[in-house]
Amino acid sequence: MTAPENTQNPQNAENNTDFAIEGHGDISVGVKGAGASGDGSASATRITPGNALRPEDIALEVRKGQVKPNEDVAEYALRLGDDGLILAQRLGHWISRAPELEEDVALGNIALDQLGHARSFLTYAGAAWDKSEDDLAYFRREHEFRSAHLFEQPNGDFAVTIARQFIVSYYQFELYKRLTGSSDQTIAAIAAKALKEVDYHRDHSAQWVLRLDGGTEESRRRIVRAFKLVWPYVEELFEDDELTARLAETGAGVQPSSLRADFDQLTGEILAEGGLDEELALERIPQSLGGGRQGKHSEHLGYLLAEMQVLAREHPGASW
Amino acid sequence: MASQNLQSVPAELSPEELELERAGQANFDRIISEDSRIEPRDWMPEAYRKTLLRQISQHAHSEIIGMQPEANWITRAPSLKRKAILMAKVQDEAGHGLYLYSAAETLGQSRDKMMEDLIAGKARYSSIFNYPAVSWADMGAIGWLVDGAAICNQVPLCRASYGPYGRAMVRICKEESFHQRQGFEILLELSNGTEAQKQMAQDAVNRWYAPALMMFGPPDDDSPNSKQSMAWNIKRFSNDELRSRFVGMMVEQVKVLGLTLPDDQIRFNEETKKWEHGPLDWEEFKNVLAGKGPCNAQRLERRREAHDDGAWVREAAAEYARKQAEKEHAA
Amino acid sequence: MIPNDSPTDHPNAWPLWEVFVRSSRGLSHVHAGSLHAPDAAMALRNARDLYTRRNEGVSIWVVPADAISSSDPDSKGSFFESPQGKDYRHATYYTKSEGVKHL
Repeated sequence: MTAPENTQNPQNAENNTDFAIEGHGDISVGVKGAGASGDGSASATRITPGNALRPEDIALEVRKGQVKPNEDVAEYALRLGDDGLILAQRLGHWISRAPELEEDVALGNIALDQLGHARSFLTYAGAAWDKSEDDLAYFRREHEFRSAHLFEQPNGDFAVTIARQFIVSYYQFELYKRLTGSSDQTIAAIAAKALKEVDYHRDHSAQWVLRLDGGTEESRRRIVRAFKLVWPYVEELFEDDELTARLAETGAGVQPSSLRADFDQLTGEILAEGGLDEELALERIPQSLGGGRQGKHSEHLGYLLAEMQVLAREHPGASW
Repeated sequence: MASQNLQSVPAELSPEELELERAGQANFDRIISEDSRIEPRDWMPEAYRKTLLRQISQHAHSEIIGMQPEANWITRAPSLKRKAILMAKVQDEAGHGLYLYSAAETLGQSRDKMMEDLIAGKARYSSIFNYPAVSWADMGAIGWLVDGAAICNQVPLCRASYGPYGRAMVRICKEESFHQRQGFEILLELSNGTEAQKQMAQDAVNRWYAPALMMFGPPDDDSPNSKQSMAWNIKRFSNDELRSRFVGMMVEQVKVLGLTLPDDQIRFNEETKKWEHGPLDWEEFKNVLAGKGPCNAQRLERRREAHDDGAWVREAAAEYARKQAEKEHAA
Repeated sequence: MIPNDSPTDHPNAWPLWEVFVRSSRGLSHVHAGSLHAPDAAMALRNARDLYTRRNEGVSIWVVPADAISSSDPDSKGSFFESPQGKDYRHATYYTKSEGVKHL
């Protein structure tokens, strides 16, 4: 896949408009010296849209017929996309409810990253079946979703959300790291963009695990409880099946089990720092049967989808 | 003048203190007359500080409470693109509240204290957020009308005489440049959509129009604090002036939307060169401000819940920091 | 920013940090705003999330607000009086060499 087309990124070099704001003209600060170039207030608020792969770029390539996944790759992209989508739906609920305003913004960023990955993967997957990201997100039924159980686990308290995010981001980091070398160029490109973002999610959740672990008695109690609640869904993430075997063969995907050792080592280091690992005795926590990749879900997903899909389904065929 | 009631005059001042006050006032007056900026550690009249603190904290509270009606639709947004946009917008509002709290903190009040006042019902915020967002089209109407009105108010505030406030507003205005547009485009899409969608859009515009106009505050002859705020270069234009400008913009934009404003008395007064609109229900405005809006209790409860539920997290992080500092100290 | 002036009426309230952002290589860090965070590590992360979510920067500094010492505005200008009148510090002072190339 080629780099995103510059024509699609509305502004590249010329976006340093500093004080000109589209829509409502120049903003005058009325302070001498607060000009448009190089000075303090201007440079601290210069904003740019950046230059990264966006779901719209993939949609464009799909429309132009430049990319189309084969059936296996599409199914694989569907799994990855559903994981991100369901998690974004969960995380989105936190915005306006976080423990501190700074955390509203942080969790919002993570949700937006996950949603971005989901949109890219779903757009690509849909190309195989002539479906859009929205067809896939809003008009599939519960058993047609391919997300793993961990992603649909309820937010719980902040500790549960952090424990879930901790596992997810360490898993996704190892996964995307390998997928940057995928023989499928689109998967590789999406993974490359996602990898950098997930790296930060890892850091964010690890910082919080350390703080909740080493904070107060209450926070320690809560983070222990949280890990016990979500850890049963770890095994499912690393289960191989026929699809992943075939994709590993072609080099388009990886066997999930191949990520496990690195995941265990890196999460283990964080959990060992405050002694959480011993208290949790993770290896003794029974692992759930899973089944999400085959469309077998927990009781939670139905509610989540009902809320997510209600409006779109009320107006089938409508454009928003 | 109402603002004088705020002035707390210390009972006894020594001659030296009096001299400092006099010099401080002279310096303050000079800075204001030069239309320059007051910075946090400058001497300022107590009434100026209190007026600013009240205005900035109310502004911050409005951003934070204002997240709720939109956040309620994040999980139901009807397309993934709209979901992403809405998330980014509500997230921005958290950021904007935060910038404003920071500006208010430079006046000597902690964010925690302001938050406490908010959830105790002691602080005000823009009363428009006490109306419910009942349909997806409300996301459009809030963006177009409510953010539109907010931007009209805020652009002149970038030049407010208090430095930190002006700087916060610059950042906010830049970031908000997409907020109004995304709202407009939601409505445009609905208006060009199915009959049901168009109806949804018109209904939302009908409900948000008057509350949006009232966001500019009471009419000038009923706005006792405005004059002093303008003398201090905090406020640059009167409530009615801004409201009239806003109506003029909306009346053009609504045509592009293919919708109508629920006001058949809008007209351009050739004599005054100002846009005029139909009567607004200021009784309702006062009632909603006084806590009688449809969502007042709900909004505060939601904020209280988030704050209370987060207490153990804030405490844990603070405790961890203390422990780490001790460790470093011992090492 | 105002060092030391935030009341600590809440023992578990996170302290205030001042954030400085370098918008691109070659430019100075510039004060972007403030935030609350329990410690420096989180302050940096919060600053990244808050002040660079539109690509505003390539580098961030965070400084505890109470670690900043500030000149005293009550000295009414005397602090900044000395540079006034010393025009010989500026190239424009030297008029006779005006017009000489590459000088």
